[in-house]
Amino acid sequence: MAQVALAPAWLIVIFAYIGTILWTIQISFTSSKVFPVSNYVGFSQYTRLFGSDRWIISVQNLAIFGLIFIVGCLILGFLLAVFLDQRIRAESMFRTIFLYPYALSFIVTGLVWQWTLNPTLGIQQTVRNWGWESFTFDWLSRGDRAIYVIALAGMWQASGLVMAILLAGLRGVDGELWKAAKVDGIPTWRVYVHIVIPILTPMFVTATVLLATAVVKVYDLVVALTNGGPGISTEVPAKFVIEYLFQRQNLGLATAASTVMMITVLCVLAPWLYVQYFRKPGSAH
Amino acid sequence: MATVSIRDLEIEFGNLKVLKNLDLEIQQGEFIVLLGPSGCGKSTLLNAVAGLLDVSAGQIWIGGKNVTWEEPKNRGIGMVFQSYALYPRMTVTGNLSFGLKMAKVPKAEIDKRVARAAKILQIEPLLNRRPAELSGGQRQRVAIGRALVRDVDVFLFDEPLSNLDAKLRTELRVELKRLHHGLGSTMIYVTHDQIEALTLADRVAVMNGGVIQQLASPKEIYRRPVNRFVAGFVGSPSMNFIDGTLSVSEGKASFKLADGKLVDLTGYEFETPPEHGRKATLGIRPEQVDLEQREPDSRPVPVNLTLLEPMGADSLVWGDVAGTTFSVRIDGDAHVETPSSIDAFFQPAYASIFDLATGARL
Amino acid sequence: MASLTANAHVEPSGPRPKRIGPGRYGVYAFLIISALFFLIPLYVMIVTSLKPMDEIRLGNLFALPGSPSFDAWIKAWSQACTGLNCNGIHVGMLNSIKILVPSVVLSIAVGSVTGYALSFWRPKGANILFAVLLLGAFIPYQVFLYPLVRILSMVSLYNSIPGVVFVHTIFGLPLMTLLFRNFYAGIPIDLFKAARVDGGGFWAIFLRLMLPLSTPIIVVAAILQITGIWNDFLFGLIFAGRENFPMTVQLNNVVNSSFGEKEYNVNMAATILTALVPLFVYFVSGRWFVRGIASGAVKG
Repeated sequence: MAQVALAPAWLIVIFAYIGTILWTIQISFTSSKVFPVSNYVGFSQYTRLFGSDRWIISVQNLAIFGLIFIVGCLILGFLLAVFLDQRIRAESMFRTIFLYPYALSFIVTGLVWQWTLNPTLGIQQTVRNWGWESFTFDWLSRGDRAIYVIALAGMWQASGLVMAILLAGLRGVDGELWKAAKVDGIPTWRVYVHIVIPILTPMFVTATVLLATAVVKVYDLVVALTNGGPGISTEVPAKFVIEYLFQRQNLGLATAASTVMMITVLCVLAPWLYVQYFRKPGSAH
Repeated sequence: MATVSIRDLEIEFGNLKVLKNLDLEIQQGEFIVLLGPSGCGKSTLLNAVAGLLDVSAGQIWIGGKNVTWEEPKNRGIGMVFQSYALYPRMTVTGNLSFGLKMAKVPKAEIDKRVARAAKILQIEPLLNRRPAELSGGQRQRVAIGRALVRDVDVFLFDEPLSNLDAKLRTELRVELKRLHHGLGSTMIYVTHDQIEALTLADRVAVMNGGVIQQLASPKEIYRRPVNRFVAGFVGSPSMNFIDGTLSVSEGKASFKLADGKLVDLTGYEFETPPEHGRKATLGIRPEQVDLEQREPDSRPVPVNLTLLEPMGADSLVWGDVAGTTFSVRIDGDAHVETPSSIDAFFQPAYASIFDLATGARL
Repeated sequence: MASLTANAHVEPSGPRPKRIGPGRYGVYAFLIISALFFLIPLYVMIVTSLKPMDEIRLGNLFALPGSPSFDAWIKAWSQACTGLNCNGIHVGMLNSIKILVPSVVLSIAVGSVTGYALSFWRPKGANILFAVLLLGAFIPYQVFLYPLVRILSMVSLYNSIPGVVFVHTIFGLPLMTLLFRNFYAGIPIDLFKAARVDGGGFWAIFLRLMLPLSTPIIVVAAILQITGIWNDFLFGLIFAGRENFPMTVQLNNVVNSSFGEKEYNVNMAATILTALVPLFVYFVSGRWFVRGIASGAVKG
């Protein structure tokens, strides 16, 4: 009976997950444009892919964005968690404030930041109105800076999540450990560095994995904030794929790109999942 | 000089006064146990001595120095915790030496102290392991070692054996006693286990509701508990308590049971002369009762025996005296008829009588 | 015992003299600055939506509205142009609700049964199923897109509400299964065994015993799904069909593809309207939200 109940799950896994992946990979080896064809062309789609400026820039942007976003969220989230753990008055209020952006859609976040950084009517103009005539903060219109804005907006949205995870971890640290450190005369900052952070390692890893998945998937934020612009300076792989799938009608190229994305994720993910779930034989399932 | 002096201490959390007007003088090299049930204030007192808690009023002196405002690391103390509180990602050596490194003690000295502590506690083969790879007993030894390397004269123990299973507890208890004899340091030990208190302590401070009920040697606490609480807390199985009234006639004191029968109290040392008609509780320990008269000064007390519990070396016989549950400990081989109504015998000199209302010893 | 020297010695007694050190100030300063960082965009959103366009053109982003009015909100709700139609964003809200409710119900239903089966019954291949499910959660959606479009076309579900509901269920399955499986793993197995001894079968035990116990995790799952599905953009854009675009897609259309002068106050009003539902869920659910993150993230 259990098998029957699992049938939907099996069907989904086999057809919607594995089946579609295989189909996508298959298309990536063909010369399909608007519709899938069976004209196999080996790896030529992949070669075209890595010869495409747009793709290269997408990948670079992903790396820059990913690095700043992940590191930034981890640091900011950690600091927020540590400071919140100091028996603060109005702790609940602060926590609510730090976490609410996570409840918003990336579209909302993107649009709000796009408006705030509007060159003529946003923050640049406001500060100029206050007297600093030459204040410039038009990063959104600069090809070399726009990607940083996306990273910043992402941090705004996701740091609260990291904070929530790490705060839960901090609260799980044995109170007597703090007492022992006090008796031993260890300064507070060293307790964090040598004792607390090592204890929190699994939570850091989890947060990093979650953030990394968000990085690879990032699409909504870019569409709302810059739509890939100015020019193609904030293109990201996810957007690349969607465009070539639906607007530029090049199935072969798009599927090649998405396959590359998937393989990258799997390479990073496989070791982590292995350690988490399969290393100890008979680990609780 | 490793004396500890607690003067007129008061600690309150919000509006709750946990300790009030508490005075305690601890001699150098003494092993003193703070014994009591949960919430009696013993851990609070220990944490205050350690400097982990602020006091609302009063002073704490360690080694002749007023440390009331000092940080824990400057008080000359070492502390061992119930959950060991070892630094999880460091090796045993790391755990032992971390505090010393922070205090900028020279490496040679650190190595010396670590080696010495490891030798005393027999944890030399464990020095490169992490806490997760150690058993409970080993972890506790490392925790003690961490206090040892601090080269202090006062050690504080916060229920260190409570997380261990019974067998380990017995083993480590003996080791702690040996350690105390070897080092001669002053040790303040908190526990709710009265067996630990009786076996380890030079003196026991029995606490309840933030007040020290009795401060005396284990023997004194066992033999002459100062009130009903102390009497009931120490000793296992628990002391038998029978309510009744005192009866004095022609200079002889007796205890009148609920059913009117009289129990002769000759030989009992009253704190103040007994008054006739005073409502009181008679306390007799199960191990102080015999089922036949063995001593010339034993007095009878009528018991209805109903159940025999053989426990190997001893047996416990359950029954009642004038309706109140009563237990008697006898030799494991002895034979007893149940049910039966007999006279059991006890020596009043070893018994206790408490005022029914206040619980104070009469 | 004060001595008669220039520095009067105070005998330490009672509580330690407290100096609110720089440390404490620093903590509060950091927290307040951070709070401002997180709140300013929200403030800007609200304030802009209440201003008329001439005030906005002055470029004082942080200034409070001179004469606050909800005109922009009304316009956003009923007149904003979302592509070809100019009926306002309330159409999107209706669509989002139509997508949200069945998706949440369906994904929780399938997820709970799957988690239950994996946790207590563990039929053959359960581990593999779970592993692939988990792995699937991390793979970027783009890989699945085109084939899914084709499959849904074949069953005439493409560009329809049932189609996008189906897609949400598919992609919600890993997280839902994880949540329920971990939850059921925490229920004593003896309870399950007793029910079997009493003669309960698969569905009986699930419906009569486990489901009533599952309220806490259902709440958590609902919160996660409501937030996730309402805030979704990609699936709504691709699978729902032009007439069924959810609020997020319509919002993007309102803001990013309007002609002529941009009406920023209307844009911001529309943005707030779109954010209202998940924000409401967030504020109302409080601790449950955090618990949801913890169960999904920490265990996963």
